[in-house]
Amino acid sequence: MELALDILPQVLMDGIVLGFTYALIALGYTMVYGVLEFINFAHSEIFVLGAFVGVEILLLLESTGHLATLHIAFVLLLVILGGMLFSGLAAMALERVAYRPLQGSPRLVALISAIGASFFLQDALRFFESLWRNTFYLTYPTLDALDKTVPLGLNVVVPVKSLLVIATALVALAVLHLFVNRTRLGAAIRAVAQDPDTASLMGIPVNRVIALTFFVGGAMGGLAGVLFGLHYSLVNPYSGFFPGLKAFTAAVLGGIGNISGAMLGGMVLGMLEAFAGSYLSILTDGAFGAEYKDVFAFAVLIVILIFRPKGLLGERVREEGA
Amino acid sequence: MKVGLAHLGVIAYIIASSALVFAFPQSVLAFLSFEASLLVIYHASVDQTTKLCLGAIVLLVLLPVLGSVNGYYLEIAIQVGIFVALALGLNIVVGFVGLLNLGFVAFYAIGAYLWAIFGSPQANHFIPGNLFPLSSAWFFPFLLLSVGVGALTGALLGLPVLRLRGDYLAVVTLGFAEVVRALVNNFDKPINITNGPKGITPIEKPPLFFQPLLEFFGLRVDPSVLYPFYFYFIVLFIVILTVLVAQRLEESRIGRAWKAIREDEIAAASMGIPVVRMKLLGLAVGASFASAVGVLFAAKQVFINPESFTFMESIGVLAMVILGGMGSIPGAILGATGVTILNLQLLKGLSLWLNTVRQAGIVLSIPLLGDFNLSQIPAQFEPAKYERMVFGLILILMMMFRPQGVLPPRQKRGH
Repeated sequence: MELALDILPQVLMDGIVLGFTYALIALGYTMVYGVLEFINFAHSEIFVLGAFVGVEILLLLESTGHLATLHIAFVLLLVILGGMLFSGLAAMALERVAYRPLQGSPRLVALISAIGASFFLQDALRFFESLWRNTFYLTYPTLDALDKTVPLGLNVVVPVKSLLVIATALVALAVLHLFVNRTRLGAAIRAVAQDPDTASLMGIPVNRVIALTFFVGGAMGGLAGVLFGLHYSLVNPYSGFFPGLKAFTAAVLGGIGNISGAMLGGMVLGMLEAFAGSYLSILTDGAFGAEYKDVFAFAVLIVILIFRPKGLLGERVREEGA
Repeated sequence: MKVGLAHLGVIAYIIASSALVFAFPQSVLAFLSFEASLLVIYHASVDQTTKLCLGAIVLLVLLPVLGSVNGYYLEIAIQVGIFVALALGLNIVVGFVGLLNLGFVAFYAIGAYLWAIFGSPQANHFIPGNLFPLSSAWFFPFLLLSVGVGALTGALLGLPVLRLRGDYLAVVTLGFAEVVRALVNNFDKPINITNGPKGITPIEKPPLFFQPLLEFFGLRVDPSVLYPFYFYFIVLFIVILTVLVAQRLEESRIGRAWKAIREDEIAAASMGIPVVRMKLLGLAVGASFASAVGVLFAAKQVFINPESFTFMESIGVLAMVILGGMGSIPGAILGATGVTILNLQLLKGLSLWLNTVRQAGIVLSIPLLGDFNLSQIPAQFEPAKYERMVFGLILILMMMFRPQGVLPPRQKRGH
């Protein structure tokens, strides 16, 4: 038990970082589901794209020598905004090219197209990086300021990286919350989510709002990608699969279509995973170790869907789904 | 029977393409044109009996003969057969019942591991008595057993999730497949059941029960020569069986109930169709196909590990079904053949070609851009490494331009 208590702060920290990452990605799933009732399967690639844009900007700055001279805050701002903008635009483009032509066709058709887009984007990214850098496994350059740790009392040290993830995610979530609930555009998004036909009759340009939703969701995914990259350093075109799937689980856990639900679901799932990763092997005497933490998320997903398919905070149901 | 121009044309095509393969045993194109002969037969305007006879000649005689010229062709034919059976299974779930199952590979894995564990010394790790590997005679009983096990797991997975909406079901089945893969990957401790990432080998092959017969006729064939042909015929048998089962199901009460559910669940329910039970049945039948093919796969590969059962495989099979046309049996066959050949022959062929080009070190002069030495093309660009892109493109393009597939199911009008 001694050991179990010793690692508790670390586990909590890991859980919070993971939780915010999942929450940010989950927003993209949940917002798109809100307006289109459709799982944007390729969202995990939008997330990875953000991570790649981040690493490319940093590598570019490094090669021109600016990485050492520019102020760290400026560099981070550049990377984060770059990743968000790029991912947001990519998500919009994806909607325009792969989803909008399918509007009005059965749900399965759009979902299959999204799966195709996800696979296509993975290899497209791989192809591009192979062409550009001759490798598609990229490592974030080390930023000294981020590798420091901050003592937090009680023998707990917190890496600056983790603080960065938490702070940025908090700001982004707050801004998003205000945007959706306090602005006219946010109201338009909510209106379309509630009832696209009526929204259209009220003079809301539904297609533009859908594109906007993709942009905002994509930007949140891109932000998650950059933070993921800064925190874990290694990215490859396929690294979005598990975070994406888990974030989707988080969205369902919170109640899909529900923005606060996505945040809550992400946090709960991140915590569960961190605890499972560290304590499963202690609890089962080494029989089941951290390797089961990926499975854990899916087990959670299946259990929720059986007992509470509407999620923790409940789903806003537009029309009666069978 | 009137012999028309169409008959002559088809026969001429078959002869010409097999002659091409004989003349150029290494050529991918020649073999492709031979494979296309089945499509030609299917589409030719000749009567059903002729089609069946010609198809039988191609599959039972010509292909094995060509396989003796270049063994690789037999290997491809076996792979194609395996994927055809898988696609037929998934076609029942996705095409007939309209449930998007993204975890189809899980059932394939369950079948494969079922035979791998008991058909190799692996089971000795957790069952005392040194009884394993089971003798190869157990292969066929296990093939039957796997049908039951597959159906059971399919139904067990279906029970909790069938009440969910279609897209949730897709993600849950995907999650289920990942759970299965993680379990096989990690169940080498605390009890070693699956031997973890290292995989299981050697796995028993099917019994050569006909060897005494061959010896009776004075034929002494080395088993290593015999096995590819043997597997080919087993696969062919299973494919024919699955086609028949799928066809009979499609035309039965059950098949009509499935399609009614696919088209309109509420209407189907109000017509008195037990929706949940029918969906469960669909999942179970599809799963049992996959699981039986898994047993065959394990016996053919002799070695299996969790790497063979990734999400990629599920998507590959889905791409086959979509390409051919959801709900269409000929479509599933065509899709599986097309995608497998694309993967095994075209992409690998292009990769080989790229390699030779690279090794030749030709210098290309492009105006304005200067010289470019082809040996500098990085190995990263081998087309064989871009399977996902191919699957992705197939899915997107089909959904946009031809969601009903290349060979859509024929609508029967009037009864």
